[in-house]
Amino acid sequence: MRISEGMATKPVGDFSRVISDVTLKRQYVLDLLFRTVTGLAAVFVLLLLVAIIAALGMGAWPAIHQFGLHFFSSSDWNPVSEQFGAVVPIVGTLITSGIALLIAVPVSFGIALFLTELSPGFLKGPLGTAIELLAAIPSIIYGMWGLFVFAPFFAKYVQPWMNENMGPTFHGPPMGIGILTASLILAIMIIPFIASVMRDVFEVVPPMLKESAYGLGATTWEVVWNIVLPQTKTGVVGGIMLGLGRALGETMAVTFVIGNSHNLSRSLTMPGNTISSSLANEFTEAVGELYTSSLVELGLVLFLITFVVLAIAKLLLFRLKKQEGAQT
Amino acid sequence: MNLKYLRRKIANGMALVLSLLAMGFGLFWLGWILYTLFSRALPAIHSTVFTQMTPPPGAQGGLLNAIVGSLMLTTIATLIGTPIGILAGTYLSEIGESNGLSKVVRFINSILLSAPSVVIGFFVYALFVARVGHFSGWAGAFALSVILIPVVVNSTETMLKLVPTSLREAAAALGAPQWKVIIFVAYRAARSGILTGILLAVARISGETAPLLFTALNNQFWSSDLSKPMANLPVVIFQFAMSPYEDWQSLAWAGAFLITMSVLMFNILARLFLRGGNARN
Repeated sequence: MRISEGMATKPVGDFSRVISDVTLKRQYVLDLLFRTVTGLAAVFVLLLLVAIIAALGMGAWPAIHQFGLHFFSSSDWNPVSEQFGAVVPIVGTLITSGIALLIAVPVSFGIALFLTELSPGFLKGPLGTAIELLAAIPSIIYGMWGLFVFAPFFAKYVQPWMNENMGPTFHGPPMGIGILTASLILAIMIIPFIASVMRDVFEVVPPMLKESAYGLGATTWEVVWNIVLPQTKTGVVGGIMLGLGRALGETMAVTFVIGNSHNLSRSLTMPGNTISSSLANEFTEAVGELYTSSLVELGLVLFLITFVVLAIAKLLLFRLKKQEGAQT
Repeated sequence: MNLKYLRRKIANGMALVLSLLAMGFGLFWLGWILYTLFSRALPAIHSTVFTQMTPPPGAQGGLLNAIVGSLMLTTIATLIGTPIGILAGTYLSEIGESNGLSKVVRFINSILLSAPSVVIGFFVYALFVARVGHFSGWAGAFALSVILIPVVVNSTETMLKLVPTSLREAAAALGAPQWKVIIFVAYRAARSGILTGILLAVARISGETAPLLFTALNNQFWSSDLSKPMANLPVVIFQFAMSPYEDWQSLAWAGAFLITMSVLMFNILARLFLRGGNARN
C-alpha cells in the first residue's frame, strides 16, 4: 500500500525515497523487537537450568552443611535419628540402569538389525511403529503392570527356579518386586529409544558401501558388524546414552516395583531403592528440614549424574564426528 | 576353506535368528502390557467414571475431577510453554544460528530434554510450593511447562532448519524485514512440523506423574481453583493403584487406560500432521 502511495506522489526514478523513513524505521524497530523477544526466550531456557541447579542447591544446603562428604559414604537412612547417607539410592540407581542397559543394548541392536536388514518391506513400517509405541506408553502404566501383573508372575514362576539354580546374587524370598524386576522394566522402557536411534542411523548408511561388501561375498551379519556398525558408531553411542539418561531418571515405573528398602543387599532379587524412587516415595511424607533437604540433595545428585552422562555423550559424539570427518 | 565358509554361514544364521528373537522380545512386552491394560481397564470403565468425583475408600465413584484437573493442567502448561519454546527455537535456528549464546542454549536444551522429570518437580517445589507453603495447580502447570519447553525448542529448531534457505532469501530480496521473513515464510513452511513437535510434547506431559506429586499433588474434591491443590489423573492413578482397596485399584486402571489412549491419540495425530504436511509441500 505504502509503496504505491509513495509512487503516486513522488517523481519516478527517485526510488530511495519510495519507502518512507518512518516505515523503514518501524520495520527496523520491529526487527529489533523480534530478535530481542526470541533472544529472551533463548535466555529463559538457559536460566531454567541455572535456576534448577540453584534451587536444588539451596534446598539441599542444610543437608550438605550437616553431612558433607559423609553423605556419599554412609548407607544410613534414618529419619528418626536424622542420619542420612546416599549410598543405597545412588548404588541402586547405577545398578538398575546398568542392568537395564545390559539387556536393552543387545536387544535394541537386534531390533534395529531386523528392521533394516531382515524385515520384508511391508512389515517395516508397522513393526517400527509398534516398537515406538513402547515409548509412548506412560511410565506409570509400566509401573502398574509391573506391580500387578509382572511381579506376581515373576515371583511364582521365575524366582523359585532362580533360587534353586542360580548363585546367591539371585537368591531371595519370592516377592516379585526388587532390583532385578525394576531393571527389567527399565530395559523394556528404554529399548524403543535406543532401537529407533539405531534404526535411523543404520538406514542412512550409503547403500553403495553395503553393496560393495555384499559383492565381495560378505554375509549379512558381516556387513552389519564390519560395515554398518563402524560407520554409525557415533549415532549408536548417542542412542545408548539417551537410553541411559532415561533409565537413570525414570521414576514412576521403578517406584512401583523396587520395594523401597534402604538396605544394601547382595542379592538382585531383594528390594532396594533408587534416587528417583526414594524421592517419589518419601518426599510428600518427609517431615523436618534435614529430611527434606537430604531428599533434595538426592535430587541434585541425580541431576548432576544425568548431566555428566549427557555431557560425556555430547563430547564423545563431537569427537567421533571430528574423527570421522578427518577419515573421509 | 570349506570349514571357514561353514562357520561364517552359521554365525550369520545365528545372528539373524537372534535379531528375530530380539524383535519378538520387544513385541512380546508390548502385547502383554497392552493386553493387561485392556483386560483390566475395560470392565472398570462405566459412565460413572466420567460423571462422579473420586471416592473415599470403599465407596463408588469416578474420576471426573481428576480428568478435568488433568485437562486444565495440560492446557495451561501448553499455553505457557509453547510460545517460549517456539521463540527460543526460532532464535536458535534463525537469529543466533551459530553464535555463542545459541551453542550454549542448544547444549543446555539437550540436557533439559532428558533431565529426569522428578527433578523438575523438585525444582518447582523448591521455587514455588515451599515459598507459598502449599501445593497448587499453578505449580503443577509450571512444572509440566518446564518439561514441555525443551521438546518444543528442539522440534521447532529442527523443523525450521529444514526450510530451504532460498525461500528466505527470496523473501528478503523482495525487501521483507527479518521478522516478516520468519513469521510469514519460515513459520508457514515449517507449520506442520512445528505442530507435530507441540503435539508430541503434549503427549509427553500428559502422562507425566512424578513432577505433579510435588506440585499439584491431589484433591479429592472438585476444584477449578489453580491456586489450590488440584486433582489430576496421574497422581490419582498412583495413589489408587498403591492402595489396598479394590474399588480404587479398578478406578486406577480406568484412569491408566484414559491416559494411555490420550497419549497414543496425540502421537497418532502428530504422525498424521507430519504426513499431511509433507504431502502438501
